[in-house]
Amino acid sequence: MRWGVVRFPGSLDDSDALWALGHVMGQEARALWHKDEDLGDVQCVVLPGGFSYGDYLRCGAIARFAPIMKSVVRFADAGGLVLGICNGFQILCEAHLLPGALMRNRSLSFICEQVHVRVENAATPFTCAARQGEVLRLPIKHGEGLYVAPEDELRTMEERGQILLRYTDDSGRECDEANLNGSTCAIAGVANETFNVFGLMPHPEHAVETALGGEDGLKIFRSIAMSVEGKRTGASTAGISSTTA
Amino acid sequence: MTVQQTTGIPVALPDEPAVDLEQAHAHGLTDEEYRAIEHALGRAPTFTELGVFSVMWSEHCSYKSSRRHLRKMPNAGPRVVGGPGENAGALDIGDGWVAVFKIESHNHPSFVEPYQGAATGVGGILRDIFTMGARPIASMDSLKFGAFDHPRTRYLLGGVVAGIGGYGNCVGVPTVAGEVMFDSAYNGNILVNAFCLGLARRDELQSARARGVGNPVIYVGSATGRDGIHGASLLASAEFDAESEAKRPTVQVGDPFTEKLLIEACLEAMRSGAIVAIQDMGAAGLTSSSSEMAARGQLGIELDLDRVPLREASLTPYEILLSESQERMLLVAERGREAELAAIFARWDLHAVVIGRVTDDRRWRVRWRGQLVADIPVAALADEAPIYDRPAREPKRSESRGATRSVARVSAAQALRRLLDSPNVGSKRWVYRQYDSIVLGNTVAGPGGDAAVLRIKGSKRALALKVDSNPRACAIDPYVGAAATVVEAARNVACTGARPIGLTNCLNYGNPERPEIMWQFVRGVEGIRDAALALETPVVSGNVSFYNETEGSAIPPTPAIAMLGVLEDSSRRVTHQFKGAGDSVIVLRTASARIAGSEYAALFGIDGGELAKLNLESERMLIDGLVAAADRGLIRSAHDVGEGGLAVTLMECCFSPDGALGVEIDRRPDGDEAEVFFGEGASTVLISAGADKMEELRGLFGGIEFNVIGRVMDEPRLRIVNTIDEDVGELRQIHEQAISRRLAAHA
Repeated sequence: MRWGVVRFPGSLDDSDALWALGHVMGQEARALWHKDEDLGDVQCVVLPGGFSYGDYLRCGAIARFAPIMKSVVRFADAGGLVLGICNGFQILCEAHLLPGALMRNRSLSFICEQVHVRVENAATPFTCAARQGEVLRLPIKHGEGLYVAPEDELRTMEERGQILLRYTDDSGRECDEANLNGSTCAIAGVANETFNVFGLMPHPEHAVETALGGEDGLKIFRSIAMSVEGKRTGASTAGISSTTA
Repeated sequence: MTVQQTTGIPVALPDEPAVDLEQAHAHGLTDEEYRAIEHALGRAPTFTELGVFSVMWSEHCSYKSSRRHLRKMPNAGPRVVGGPGENAGALDIGDGWVAVFKIESHNHPSFVEPYQGAATGVGGILRDIFTMGARPIASMDSLKFGAFDHPRTRYLLGGVVAGIGGYGNCVGVPTVAGEVMFDSAYNGNILVNAFCLGLARRDELQSARARGVGNPVIYVGSATGRDGIHGASLLASAEFDAESEAKRPTVQVGDPFTEKLLIEACLEAMRSGAIVAIQDMGAAGLTSSSSEMAARGQLGIELDLDRVPLREASLTPYEILLSESQERMLLVAERGREAELAAIFARWDLHAVVIGRVTDDRRWRVRWRGQLVADIPVAALADEAPIYDRPAREPKRSESRGATRSVARVSAAQALRRLLDSPNVGSKRWVYRQYDSIVLGNTVAGPGGDAAVLRIKGSKRALALKVDSNPRACAIDPYVGAAATVVEAARNVACTGARPIGLTNCLNYGNPERPEIMWQFVRGVEGIRDAALALETPVVSGNVSFYNETEGSAIPPTPAIAMLGVLEDSSRRVTHQFKGAGDSVIVLRTASARIAGSEYAALFGIDGGELAKLNLESERMLIDGLVAAADRGLIRSAHDVGEGGLAVTLMECCFSPDGALGVEIDRRPDGDEAEVFFGEGASTVLISAGADKMEELRGLFGGIEFNVIGRVMDEPRLRIVNTIDEDVGELRQIHEQAISRRLAAHA
């Protein structure tokens, strides 16, 4: 399938996302420039990690006004798949493509660590290659990853299954020590109502090779590939999980 | 550009102070230096020119006290591509790649304003690397703070770590290794040394040598403001005193976002082939970058300050020339390709303005509002800056060492617990978890081990890197301490299986005008020279930081050594954790460890006597053996014995993310118990290997003491016969919380 990774000024993990998709998974992945409005024929847009525009204001607050974001919003409204990682998640919240917001970590400092997240809903285009309740080991690295949303909204999101990932310990148990940034309800990743936009703070693109500490991140990318390929061929999603070389 | 007045005598501007000897003194110049300026010009300097000379002839920019000694450093070798003189050295690492790396101090600014001081230290060293045409791929830092309970330490530690993270994380270069030490000797003068490693294709290295008369000089990056005037140059070229706090405005402010744009835009512009020469506007900003590029090319440069992008229109020529505003680069381009370059920088939303041109008359000429404000022979600013042969004298020892030697009145188990709880020995996770260590996707081994390991995409090879220093040993013997630091850094690299190939150093010392400090410095340089020669690790770049004193009290000599190694096959990488029960545990050492200069001595207030002997021949054999053993896949783990000594190292080898193992030691190496388990300074490595590999391993370490001392076991206990029997989990807890619990207690 064809992936597009948006490059904002200050994007940092864009080359890592392109490496994971293109080199590791052998898919067609190209960079999209923030000043362009044309997404081409991509089937999934990735907003990568980084500090877009320096994030001197609220994270993602300026990036949402980039010319390309108009097209990303149109793409999402038309049902296109959009994945926001870390800063990309922050941008999606600022652009109101996802509910809630990301605030400073409760420690008030940047945290770079390996964490565990539990798949809360495996019936989505972003998680279908994982098992319900499966625990993934992924790295986080952010200063502002504490997820918040109004209580009634959280309740609705929970009911609809929009909370896709939660921080847990390695056995899948929720506990305070595993929720490093202090997110509300230990939320690590959420989808929109129509399940075609997904944002998460952990970095799946940094967990795609065992030599670099694990490959659980492939589950996210493979899910997306499976759902796109499945749609195109009309085949069931089973058996399309081995897209890597 | 139109050139108006380019000849004649520079004018004094209205409102400028008069130039006289007193004014020269206020600029840190001596009587002789002022006379030398008059001689070079054939007249008295203008106020602007005086400012220019004062920064270019400052210790920080001119290396006037150190230069004649630095020439002793070995800087040649089959892998060396660049070398001292360019902005950073380069080593050929195979497959058409070169590694460019350098370490630099930002001590004084970080003490005055820890966040911005440390942040701009990271920014400055990154620019030194990408100006060579290399993409920065990793950072490291060597940090020295005062005693943990000193009232300023918490503020300085928090600020420096946040500053390094704030800049490094935002610019997208991983911070992969480093060192942190707390000692009351740094209460009044902390050290912040920042290292950067970059990768370039060998045929794409850039020059900082101006070429081509008539070629345009282009200013790129942030606009110029008043920040940092006399920052690095004067702040770093004098001691601290009660007024240092007032120098806070001279600390620059960093903008990592603009730096990220600069990296991408400059690397893109370099690939176009339109750039002839490029240099960072670092210390002494526009002045040093323009005059140094001209000097290297034996050409002249003419600048028109009216074209320089300014933050405030009211800046004077003096301020524009001396500003140390960050994130600015100066380049010389091929004439006729200005528009092409302007388009690249515009794509990244950066200024790129022609502000001058290259001339053939070897003069550095500056115009402002139609008037000539400076006209100086280029050589006078760069090559002909004064060089001093300062007197060096060994100080008299107040007491004879070696006579007093004692042991702490605590049991070995208690001593181990105390050591693990020391911020110098305990885990530095609180520090390094604030740094992004994985961005760019090359980090095979990040912080927390012996050396970091980075893969090279598209190659089987990997790079290993580590920065070390050993001020306590240097305080006892500045020669042995410095040489031991080089071999320690090399050993850390070799513990991963990588062959050390070259180093960069940051030489932190007190006031060089004092003969005993100069003696420490000269001995330190000689120690580094001898060790680098013995290990065949050329010194490819470096930096000197003098005047690390507060009110007459100097820091201990602190040369920081950053070593680079090449791992020919990254799948042969060795890590420090034990791998499986039954493996034999072996101590390799070149001498008996000593209490002198150790954390044990510092913690229990013991004078440990003399340092361990250093035999550079054995050091070389130890490193060769480690590299060969890793290459043949004979060893399962290797860990350098560092702060805290052998017992702490045994402990660290038992920790693993996959769960804890234990170790049982039943044959300890010869020597006094405290020295064997808590001594430092002797080059000692702890390895583990299958019991069937002993004979083959012994053969690789001929000439090195090879002691099989025990074995790895499943039960997670640290058991040393008749000495220690402790639970690994409990010890780990102490180790993990050494820093974080203290910070929590202060909160």
